[in-house]
Amino acid sequence: MVAQNIAFGLTALGMAIGAVRVVTTKNVVHAALWLVLVLGGVAVNYILLAAEFIAVVQVLVYIGAIVVLFLFGIMLTRAPIGHDPDLDNDQRWAGVVVGLLMFGVLASVLAKQFGRVHVDTSHVQRTADVANSVFTTYVVPFEVVSVVLLAALVGAVVIARRD
Amino acid sequence: MNWVLDNLWVVPAIPFASFWLILFFGKRLPKKGSELGVAALAACWVLAVWSCVAWISRQPAPSAGGGEKIRAAIEHNYTWLTSGTVKIAFGFHADGLAVMMLFVVASISLLVHVYSTEYMRGDVRYTYFFAALSLFTCGMFVLVTASSTLQGLFGWELMGVCSFMLIGHWWEDQANSDAALKAFFTTRTGDVGLLVGISILYFAAHQSFNFATLNRMALNGQIDHTLVLWGAIALLVAVVGKSAQFPLHTWLPDAMAGPTPVSALIHAATMVVAGVYLLARTYGVFWSAFVINPQTHGHHGFNAIAIVGAATILIAALLAFVQDDIKKVLAYSTVSQLGYMVMAMGVGAWTGGIFHLFTHAFFKACLFLGAGSVSHSGSHHSFDMKKDMGGLKKHMPTTYWTFVVASIALAGVFPFAGFWSKDEILVSAGHNGYFWFQVIGLAGAAMTAAYMTRCVYLTFHGEYRGHGHPHESPRAITVPLLALGAMSVGAGLFNAEPFGIRAFASWTRNEVFLQARIPDVNFSSGAAALSVAIVLVGGALAGFFYVREEFVFKGATERSALAKAGHELLLNKYYLDHLYTGIIVRGIRSPIAQGAYWLNQNVIDAVVNGVAVSARRVAGFVYDGIDQIGIDGAVNGVGMGAEEGGQSLRTLQTGKVQQYAAILFGAAALLALGLVLFA
Amino acid sequence: MLLNQFLFLGAFLFCTGIYGALSRKNAVLVLMSIELILNAVNINLVAFGAFRDSPVGQVFALFVIAIAAAEVGVGLAIVLIIYRNRRSIDLTQVDAMKG
Repeated sequence: MVAQNIAFGLTALGMAIGAVRVVTTKNVVHAALWLVLVLGGVAVNYILLAAEFIAVVQVLVYIGAIVVLFLFGIMLTRAPIGHDPDLDNDQRWAGVVVGLLMFGVLASVLAKQFGRVHVDTSHVQRTADVANSVFTTYVVPFEVVSVVLLAALVGAVVIARRD
Repeated sequence: MNWVLDNLWVVPAIPFASFWLILFFGKRLPKKGSELGVAALAACWVLAVWSCVAWISRQPAPSAGGGEKIRAAIEHNYTWLTSGTVKIAFGFHADGLAVMMLFVVASISLLVHVYSTEYMRGDVRYTYFFAALSLFTCGMFVLVTASSTLQGLFGWELMGVCSFMLIGHWWEDQANSDAALKAFFTTRTGDVGLLVGISILYFAAHQSFNFATLNRMALNGQIDHTLVLWGAIALLVAVVGKSAQFPLHTWLPDAMAGPTPVSALIHAATMVVAGVYLLARTYGVFWSAFVINPQTHGHHGFNAIAIVGAATILIAALLAFVQDDIKKVLAYSTVSQLGYMVMAMGVGAWTGGIFHLFTHAFFKACLFLGAGSVSHSGSHHSFDMKKDMGGLKKHMPTTYWTFVVASIALAGVFPFAGFWSKDEILVSAGHNGYFWFQVIGLAGAAMTAAYMTRCVYLTFHGEYRGHGHPHESPRAITVPLLALGAMSVGAGLFNAEPFGIRAFASWTRNEVFLQARIPDVNFSSGAAALSVAIVLVGGALAGFFYVREEFVFKGATERSALAKAGHELLLNKYYLDHLYTGIIVRGIRSPIAQGAYWLNQNVIDAVVNGVAVSARRVAGFVYDGIDQIGIDGAVNGVGMGAEEGGQSLRTLQTGKVQQYAAILFGAAALLALGLVLFA
Repeated sequence: MLLNQFLFLGAFLFCTGIYGALSRKNAVLVLMSIELILNAVNINLVAFGAFRDSPVGQVFALFVIAIAAAEVGVGLAIVLIIYRNRRSIDLTQVDAMKG
């Protein structure tokens, strides 16, 4: 138990710093890299929660594809590489307020509701079970998601087409 | 046989129906409605003759108070409306007087209708003329068959309206419509008396309008004498108006502006005698009110009725001398003869009075129609004797001879019609103790002969002074003249006592006559000879004036100032017209008119203007204060509020997505907070 | 391990992502912030799945990941178009819907 807690604590710290840096750094590429850290940390958390399938999917899809997409986006939009002082708009403090307010609400609710509840991670959640669930109970959402992915693919091509 | 007497309502109904038929269909008919009028009157004439025959063949029965046997009157009354205790009935009363009047009216009206088909040929309102004649005849029939004063009033007024319509037949000429109005207003003045009299007698006779009841109660003394006297005076005023007695006689000569057939029918034979008829019908009231009875009047020798009649005789006869218009001569002659009839009623000569009415109708109508014939064919539609007539005797023989016969009858020469009736009046006057009236009557007879001689001479003798081509009139005109001429000769013989004929008297005798114990008078040859002699003297004097070159009265108005003044007075009709219109009417009208004008301008207009001004002020306040500021302010305020609210809300729409997102998340957080805290 | 630690972590990431979405000018950075949000949700889902010992948590996390991928693809395509038309992807200048 102790090892898991220490691992969690380190990971959480890293993720927190990474998340804050994503939203505050003055360098666009750095933001993407900090995002990679955060996403990795999320995968580690999945492992800690004994959800191995989703951890692997997370790494593959998020870090492997989505961050690359972001980098492509940065590149294609000729974002200024390097330090760019002009990355935050005028309503920063409104954002801070809203964020803090939101966090306050969520924290208080969670604290009240899930006070000292433990999560049992002694046995791993099997991928087979996940697959079963996807292909039996949730097969319709699965198919729909497939269609959505197709639509997104076609849509992205159509939108960004140069003609 | 008695059917017509029991259903006397048929007689007024026929011309009433023909009035409507002519009015609606007359113009489409081949003779433009005149055939309907003639047919209707022919039917009425037949019914009238039948009713006379039926009446004459009735058996005289002993009357209520014993004594002489008379024919009992037939009366049918129908209740028209009841209101509480007041019951108004209409009905038809058939007795000798009524059927005699029916015969007179129907005969004259029928002859006038036939005459008018030729006389009014080509007239602009030919059809309406016949319609009005029918309606008028209906009105007269209603009056003579009426059983109550109210019904008689209806016929009286109807005749007044028709007279107005007919006198003003050619209303395009202002003078004609003025004459019609004058006639209407003057008789209306008299009609005030009629209404007052009817009302007084109604209440005095314990609320009855019925003639028979009125007469009986008056003669029985059941009505207080003062009441019956005032009622009689009021009715006398009506008679004075309708029968053109002095001082309300001024309308009759002016009414000659109407067509000649109208003058013959209305102003000679029928309407003007309505007053005399009223006197005759309600004689019981007058008999007791004015104490006409010779036995009881204490030899006072005069009363209001007789005085009015006598004055009228003289005044009108004098005026007839100075007229150049042949119709005006005849008009004044009519007024004078009406004076005879009224005077007769006043001196207790009831039979004489209505007998004179009977004979006068025929010869006066003959004279008027003859004058019309002269104007139609002889003097190129002019009535001026001095300018356009003269020497027509050889051109128009039928007209001449009928005119002469009628004039002799009018003058009262034995054995023509007027002699018998006039003589009866004069003898009654003397017999009943009204001596001076007998004298006046004789003087009037002389004057009648004189002015009629003048009229005949100027019209038919001498040289023709006119511009037309005189010729005899067509048959439609001459046949009525001949018929009337024959009646002028023979009508008097209905009551020719020396020949033993008392037919007229016995036929017309009724309960009133008996109850009042009106004295019978016998023929007096002495009085008759005297009157004939006086008449011939008068006629001779007039004849010499015109025929002889040198005559004592010729040129009298140039030589004598008094004669000239008298002539002026006569020419101006005693200045009565000036008195009536200039002084009386203007004197009343002017201050009233000025007062009314002042009231209108200063009081009524002030009120109206004041209302308008205050309304404007109120409206101004409402507009400026309430509408502009208040209501518009509210409405505009709402609009401005919406606009400004929109403007201020607009600032939210920055178009910046992140701002929207901020608001969205902020609101979501707040909602969550709310949910957490309160749910 | 406490459930709450995962949940708190998820909440923190969520709020940071909100802050980033609201205050970053560059559109790509905003998309990155949205990824943070989605990942926070995923953590929550998987944590509850583990807590309830049910694969449903993972299933839905999987769907979220798939959808997130689609969304990023389309989002970047739109950002590209905006860049092509305006030569800039400064979100403060994209206010044509300003009323």
